[in-house]
Amino acid sequence: MRFRIYRYNPDVDSAPYMQDFELNMESGDAMLLDALMMLRKQDDSLGFRKSCREGVCGSDAMNINGRNGLACITSLSSLKQPIEIRPLPGLPVIRDLIVDMTQFFKQYHSIKPYLVNNDPPPETERLQSPKDRLELDGLYECILCGCCTTACPSFWWNPDKFVGPAGLLQAYRFIADTRDQDTAARLDNLEDPYRLFRCHTIMNCADVCPKELNPTEAIGKIKDMMVKRAV
Amino acid sequence: MVNRIVTGAHYGLRDWLVQRVTAVVMAIYAVVVVVILLMQPSFGYDTWAGLFSGNLMRTFSLLFLLSLFYHAWIGVRDIVMDYVKPAFVRLLIHVSVILALILYVIWSMQILWGL
Repeated sequence: MRFRIYRYNPDVDSAPYMQDFELNMESGDAMLLDALMMLRKQDDSLGFRKSCREGVCGSDAMNINGRNGLACITSLSSLKQPIEIRPLPGLPVIRDLIVDMTQFFKQYHSIKPYLVNNDPPPETERLQSPKDRLELDGLYECILCGCCTTACPSFWWNPDKFVGPAGLLQAYRFIADTRDQDTAARLDNLEDPYRLFRCHTIMNCADVCPKELNPTEAIGKIKDMMVKRAV
Repeated sequence: MVNRIVTGAHYGLRDWLVQRVTAVVMAIYAVVVVVILLMQPSFGYDTWAGLFSGNLMRTFSLLFLLSLFYHAWIGVRDIVMDYVKPAFVRLLIHVSVILALILYVIWSMQILWGL
């Protein structure tokens, strides 16, 4: 199997370059992460993140043949060779496939990703009806891998101002939560030409999400709620 | 002035909504005008002039043009917000575009009512 992998070590290299790799293996049922780990045995300077290796932690998000995805759940047999692997676009590269996600998490934290409820906590948990709970499906599953946000042109142009699809999906996750009491403030926080309205419904986010979530739909629901409270 | 990232202008919903409404207005106008044109027995200056001599046609054409200009303003502003970074240059472009669009409104009225 042939690979072309983005390499950059700022301590040594003056500029990033693409390195070709060959691997003697059958794709079979193996995932891209398996191949990367074997490649690292060939060249132990190859840098990438991984942890759970089963699509739960979101560490090994990368750009695979031009499309963002998780290496651990992308099967090798589905990929055209040479398999071209680059770091997530739009974020500073620390080394090889490892990017600096500071900006991503800064935007995530800006939407207050936690339940705000000023009532005294009940003895057990705060209950929801099954119907209310259903609204959180398709939102809470996000693993914050960053595939969607770094596939979004609006985030590329304004990473410091636009919250990005992952952050907005989580914003809606708390707006939609019936136990949360901060809805008005959350909508105020997002009513901004940059923070929310940089989304031009390009839908790269929904296209690449490895958990098959739909941030565009969540953003649409935030806009609907804003319309509902304004008219 | 310190160089800090500032957001929180607290507008955007109206423009987003207006862009959608104006798009619908333009779409309906375009379909109606095409149908009216296809229903004409012949094409020519007289047909065209006759069509636009009615006040109803003029009024709805103006509504269409106003929708177009407002829609264009939001679109151009979005492009400028995405690609032009210095705030001063952005403001300069915004003002120029607004002034140009206002001139287009005046010009459209002059054309439609043959002033």
